[in-house]
Amino acid sequence: MGLGSYISTVFSSVKSLLSGMKLTGYYFTHHKEIVTQQYPENKREGALILPERFRGEVTMPHDENNEHRCTGCQSCELSCPNGSIKIITKQEVQPDGKKKKAIDTWVYHLDMCTFCNLCIEACPTQAIVMGQEFEHSVFDKKKLKKILNKPDSKLKAGVE
Amino acid sequence: MIEHNLLEPDMITEDGDFVINIGPQHPSTHGVLHLKVWLDGETVKKVEPHLGYIHRSIEKMCESLSYRQYIFSTSRMDYLSAHINNQACALAVEMGLGVEVPDRAKVIRTILAELTRLASHALWWGCMGLDLGAVTPFFYAFREREFINDIMEETCGARLTQNFIVPGGLMADIHPNFVPKTKELIKMFRANIDEYNQLLTGNVIFQQRTQNVGFLSKEAAISYGTSGPVARASGVSCDVRKHYPYDAYDRVQFKEILGTTGDSWERYVIRIDEMRESLSIIEQLIDNIPEGDIVAKTKQVIKLPKGEFYSRVETARGELGVLLVSDGGSTPYRVKFRSPNFSNLSALGHIAKGSKIGDLVAMMATLDLVIPDVDR
Amino acid sequence: MITLSEIAHNIHVKLSGAITNETLLSITEMAIVGIILLGSLVMLSFFLGYMERKVAAFMQIRLGPNRVGPKGSLQIVADTVKLLFKEGLTPNASDKFLFNTAPYIMVITTMLVIAPIAYSSGFQIWDTSIGVLYVSSVSSVSVIGILMAGWSSNNKYSLLGAMRCGAQIVSYELSIGLSLIAIVVLTGSLRMSDIVMSQADGWWIFKGHIPVLIAFVIFIIASTAEINRAPFDLAEAESELTAGFHTEYSGMKFAMFLLAEYINLFIVCAMGATLFLGGWMPLHFGADNAFNHAMDYIPGFVWFFGKTFFLIFVIMWFRWTFPRLRIDQLLNLEWKYLLPISMINILLVTIIAIFGWHF
Ligand code: SF4
Ligand code: SF4
Repeated sequence: MGLGSYISTVFSSVKSLLSGMKLTGYYFTHHKEIVTQQYPENKREGALILPERFRGEVTMPHDENNEHRCTGCQSCELSCPNGSIKIITKQEVQPDGKKKKAIDTWVYHLDMCTFCNLCIEACPTQAIVMGQEFEHSVFDKKKLKKILNKPDSKLKAGVE
Repeated sequence: MIEHNLLEPDMITEDGDFVINIGPQHPSTHGVLHLKVWLDGETVKKVEPHLGYIHRSIEKMCESLSYRQYIFSTSRMDYLSAHINNQACALAVEMGLGVEVPDRAKVIRTILAELTRLASHALWWGCMGLDLGAVTPFFYAFREREFINDIMEETCGARLTQNFIVPGGLMADIHPNFVPKTKELIKMFRANIDEYNQLLTGNVIFQQRTQNVGFLSKEAAISYGTSGPVARASGVSCDVRKHYPYDAYDRVQFKEILGTTGDSWERYVIRIDEMRESLSIIEQLIDNIPEGDIVAKTKQVIKLPKGEFYSRVETARGELGVLLVSDGGSTPYRVKFRSPNFSNLSALGHIAKGSKIGDLVAMMATLDLVIPDVDR
Repeated sequence: MITLSEIAHNIHVKLSGAITNETLLSITEMAIVGIILLGSLVMLSFFLGYMERKVAAFMQIRLGPNRVGPKGSLQIVADTVKLLFKEGLTPNASDKFLFNTAPYIMVITTMLVIAPIAYSSGFQIWDTSIGVLYVSSVSSVSVIGILMAGWSSNNKYSLLGAMRCGAQIVSYELSIGLSLIAIVVLTGSLRMSDIVMSQADGWWIFKGHIPVLIAFVIFIIASTAEINRAPFDLAEAESELTAGFHTEYSGMKFAMFLLAEYINLFIVCAMGATLFLGGWMPLHFGADNAFNHAMDYIPGFVWFFGKTFFLIFVIMWFRWTFPRLRIDQLLNLEWKYLLPISMINILLVTIIAIFGWHF
């Protein structure tokens, strides 16, 4: 190796090192570039915006009359890949005297759910949707077993 | 009483080799990989990967799931290219059903796949720096990756394990913000690749660390069954997107980047260039998303005809093959995944022989291993 | 304006009034100095820990610690409390005596080295005539602590880390020594206060021409290696050797290694500031002029700490930018680049010194 190339190697190496330092130095002096979000402060300040499609947990919306849209068809239970859903049905007597299948309890095991969205896709009546709640940690695992239909709730009229 | 068992047989072999176990809990194995390494001083004499620490028997599990359901579990194999895994599974089912996926779904799938590849490569770049002792790249890489994850979250609903693909198309249409945000990403990512080069690629220490180590010859690359950037760095043309185009890859122009030397540096450069190619693929497609349906009509309970169906895709790490054996029922009779990481890992022992222990870590980084994909 | 040396002198006068016995007096004074030193070093390492995290965070587009105390400044205190309450594990098959002594050796050597450093005019613990020699020789004892820690842990990673460290420190001592000698040759004295005084008409880095500049660069590189910081942190290379020589340490013993690391960082930067950047000497050009007088209004210890922390920042900057070298490259860099360059450099410096070509 000639002396010239030896010296030029030294200089080009130093230059490459300095250009890296220039970049880190730039970010050191430009605090506007900081991308960190402060959790949970950003939640309070309203800076934490979750997209509407975000899959947090399976929920069953009820309207103001405490009515839901679930007919108890169990499509969701069948489509769930890991058995997170258990639907217990009962026979309800209609006003006209006919018997009809209805849900008794809609059991949702949040601890097993993988948020795959397959149950929502499978539901023919759009009775369940994905909620935005994502802070699911609890100290007692039992709390993750949820009953989605509210007490005394009824099937919305006209939903088949 | 002072006891030293440094000379006990398990520490030092009869040949005087120093045996150390890297992993299953080790900062640079990126998961629960266990490498048994025979050392002569600092020089690696032999590497023996031990697998099975994160085996979840996904293949067996898939046999009990329906064709709609089994797609979701593959997100957990190579979790960095979850979307591409799902795509492979859906392609196999579609092949069996013989349905034609609508154009719109094809294009969106392809864009999402390329976004996944970008996110995966960005994370790899960060980890590459981390494995070589530079912590800062990791955070720069995460900035871009978070942006991609946000796009994914908006459209698919999940950041990592999207499960956005159903047999025949997509679960939902794209979010209205998808197109403008992706365009923003393209601009931002281009600029940031230059930053990557400034910080790491051009750095003389980095170049010295990666150049001329970890040679994988073309023959060895083929015989070990490597694929993806690892094989392409050795000059093996193996891009599934090019050779067996699926979804919308036949309507875009892109280069398959091939290396010549097959050393660690080449594997690094190929991935950096691949990021640019991915950006150009997205750029070509993003303005030309055709109108139309997003999913082809399929029965609620899918039954495949009797037979074997094999689909292959290019994940961020190489070729993923899905073999479905159907006996005509509603669940697969047998599922087999040909995962890229498993074959790529097998080359590690070959390329690491004779290198220094620090380079072993660098080579593992250039192989870009995701351990859950090795074990499945 | 009251200077630090006047305060020290006043305390001395007061004490000698109270204690007449000579021996007792000096023992009392030593004890006072020791306690002040210990306290301030712990504070210093707290501050350096905080600074390091913040510097790292801003370079990595993060915020860094910001929860404990104002702007996160008490985070390090919280961490120390955590480490205090952690169990100090001693591995079963380890060499218990060496294992438990190693952290103390590390801390004690660093504390010893701090003695001859001049903080301000006349404010110095021990103004010995062999200051530079003392620093460079005592600081190399710390390698024994590292080797002890690595060997006694009975852990293969620790042993590898310690061996790397031994090779590294022994080689880089040479370059450090040679770059220090450059200044010693120019000054003609090993005494710290003499070296500082010799820079009254300009710091060596300005008036020593290019050879001193080269010596300075070599000093910065070699001292980064000497104190095992990235990009030369091979002894603890976390991606290769988990934590290197202190893999097995936990609790307070681990904290002592950290303490030693930070004090070492301070010492090398203080040495660099003293030898090349004029120590506590304000920025002077030439002899008597208005600029020099204006500069004199800034007290000496501000100059000293300003320069030292500037160097510390530069070394942190290195750490958060560069990847790590490989062991053979590390030794190549020393034996093929730094050592030959510094040898030629020392020749040039000697010529400059003989002919009095410096300003
Ligand atoms: S989201 Fe998926 S895993 Fe969760 S309940 Fe629905 S189908 Fe089951
Ligand atoms: S939630 Fe929907 S799919 Fe599930 S039982 Fe009710 S109606 Fe059927």
